[in-house]
Amino acid sequence: MNFWGFNISETRSINYDTNDKDMLIHVLQEVPSCKLCIECGGCTAGCTAGRLTSFNIRKLQMFMKRGENKEIREELHKCMLCGKCILVCPRGVDTRKMILSMMKYIKNNQK
Amino acid sequence: MYYDNFVLPFTIGLITLLVYLCVRYYKWIRSFPKIDRIKIRRGLFSRKTLVSIKEIFMESLLHHKIFKTNPVLGYMHMTFAFGWFLLIIFGKIESMVYHTSAFNPPYFAIFFRYFHPAKETFPGSETFAFIMDLILSFLLLGILLAVIKRFYSKMFGMKRTTKQRPYDLLVLTVLWLIFPARFIAESFSSGINGGGSFLTHSAGEFFATFLPLRNLSYGAWWTYSSLLGLFFLLLPFSRYMHIPTEIVYIFLKNWGVEQRKQYNGFSEIQTNACSRCGICINTCQLNNSCDIKDTQPVYFLRRLRNHEDFSVQSENCLLCGRCEAACPVGINLNAIRLSTRPDLTRVTKETYAYIKPKAQAETPAKVAYFAGCMSHLTPGIIRSMQEIFDKAKVNYTFIDEEEGVCCGRPQAICGNWKAAKVLMDRNQERIESSGAEILVTSCPICYKTFKEDYTLKIKIMHHTEYIDMLLQEGKLPLHKNDLKTVFHNPCELGRGCGVVDAPNHVLEQVSQRIPTRYDGKNSLCCGGSLANTVIDSQQKTKISTDTVKAYSAYQPDVIVTACPLCKKTLGKTSTSVPVKDIAEIVAAS
Repeated sequence: MNFWGFNISETRSINYDTNDKDMLIHVLQEVPSCKLCIECGGCTAGCTAGRLTSFNIRKLQMFMKRGENKEIREELHKCMLCGKCILVCPRGVDTRKMILSMMKYIKNNQK
Repeated sequence: MYYDNFVLPFTIGLITLLVYLCVRYYKWIRSFPKIDRIKIRRGLFSRKTLVSIKEIFMESLLHHKIFKTNPVLGYMHMTFAFGWFLLIIFGKIESMVYHTSAFNPPYFAIFFRYFHPAKETFPGSETFAFIMDLILSFLLLGILLAVIKRFYSKMFGMKRTTKQRPYDLLVLTVLWLIFPARFIAESFSSGINGGGSFLTHSAGEFFATFLPLRNLSYGAWWTYSSLLGLFFLLLPFSRYMHIPTEIVYIFLKNWGVEQRKQYNGFSEIQTNACSRCGICINTCQLNNSCDIKDTQPVYFLRRLRNHEDFSVQSENCLLCGRCEAACPVGINLNAIRLSTRPDLTRVTKETYAYIKPKAQAETPAKVAYFAGCMSHLTPGIIRSMQEIFDKAKVNYTFIDEEEGVCCGRPQAICGNWKAAKVLMDRNQERIESSGAEILVTSCPICYKTFKEDYTLKIKIMHHTEYIDMLLQEGKLPLHKNDLKTVFHNPCELGRGCGVVDAPNHVLEQVSQRIPTRYDGKNSLCCGGSLANTVIDSQQKTKISTDTVKAYSAYQPDVIVTACPLCKKTLGKTSTSVPVKDIAEIVAAS
């Protein structure tokens, strides 16, 4: 019980055992190149949508790997799918397909 | 009356086929959107119908487009189609001359040699017999070629021929047997009664020396009729459905019916109009570079037709359009493929709300320049265009210099039309607020969608066209140099929008352009296409390496292209020859 009159902030701990990794499994199956990501952020730096809004591919895929799917749902539709990120990626990750496959997962698992 | 029980299989087969076709086409055409049905009504009694008839003669009978691909292949297809057609026409005329009436049952002309007592002559009977034998020999030669093609497709300029299913092979065999059966039936009759000409008469005499023809002849006619009947019954469910459907398709196409974003009856008609000739297999770079053999239009359309799972094949396509350009039937292969891609986006009020409209320009410039997302990764192109604008003293405004918005086509080519539409509307607002008269873009992907999906009222030009215009108006000072160049025409520009002459003009004026066999609409895809989401980066690199190899074989100093995406993709794999954009070549001259 909070009887001091202060808000205690929500826990920021990430529990890898209990988090929902369903999306991650789905995306890794469809886009195995995701595993090659070194989180350099090149995709985000060149992003067309990222210039106009807070959209961040690097963060998205980090969320996915942590299993924080709610955040992805809120951000994903900002992507314009222009494909610049594929050309920038030094590791050959098919970033655009990663986004598409996330979209597909969300579409198929809507609650 | 001329009748015998053996005509029944043929007659029943023919009537069933005609009834089935009428019902089928009626159902398909009824499912068209209203606007297309109005177009059919308007086109029915116009010049377009005559144009269609000419096209049917040239394509469905003579196969003139296949002749252009390969003469032997064209000859083979022509003997089948045109030969059979002539056989029917001359047979009908012959029967009409003999019968002195136009109204004889359809089987009478087909089995004329059976019903006509050979000793009885009529005007031109010998000439007719000669012509009919000539056409039959022509057909038999065609079958011989077709059999050879099954085993040695290389002779016909094809690396691979279509792999058919067992059912199609059965129908194929039936078709192949029809003409030998006719030949045997006619020769046997000739061997007994005389008649016929150089082919059937001599064959008849030959067979008579060692075969009991009187016992065999009747059976031979039964076989011929049964094979025809069987072919007619199997036709609607085999690839030979293309024979009647191609004719219907040519009419509909010329009357102005279009393949729209949805998969509808018209797409079904096109799917059925595919003859599975397999020419698309040879033009497909996924086949030639990556050895992917199940996604070419011939197989994709077959999956669609047979309701097999096509979700992977639908996505596994670069949409480069090489197959569409080579297709002898002229099927809208890209549009059909696109119509089968599912829309994954959900559109809300929030979708792309972050794109804010631009303020109306107070003093509008004449030209608005839209570089496109990809051009921002190739700053050389943007810099060169700015130089060209300055050199030509053009008053221009740079729309997406700071805050670019995607044109929407990348969404559209994934099937996400709803989200694409939102993007397009927002982008159109921003372009219109510039108040310019001409919109120049450096990216063929944007160019295509600006032309086709936007409702902009200003002139839209790709930078190759714009530079060409500046050169023609003499506004751009020019120095021709000795640089040897080859031009790689981007898919979306050449095949997609038909811009072929402008870039060639420009290059010829600023450099020594080497003509290649990949010029114009024959160009190769760079492999970087956003349309394919199935192949991985290694496979893309393989396509791009092969493309670079093909162009480098002409030993140019530089490979010139006109698309930032192509430049980036080819530039990655081209280690010995530099890849440049046409704007960079012009700016440097």
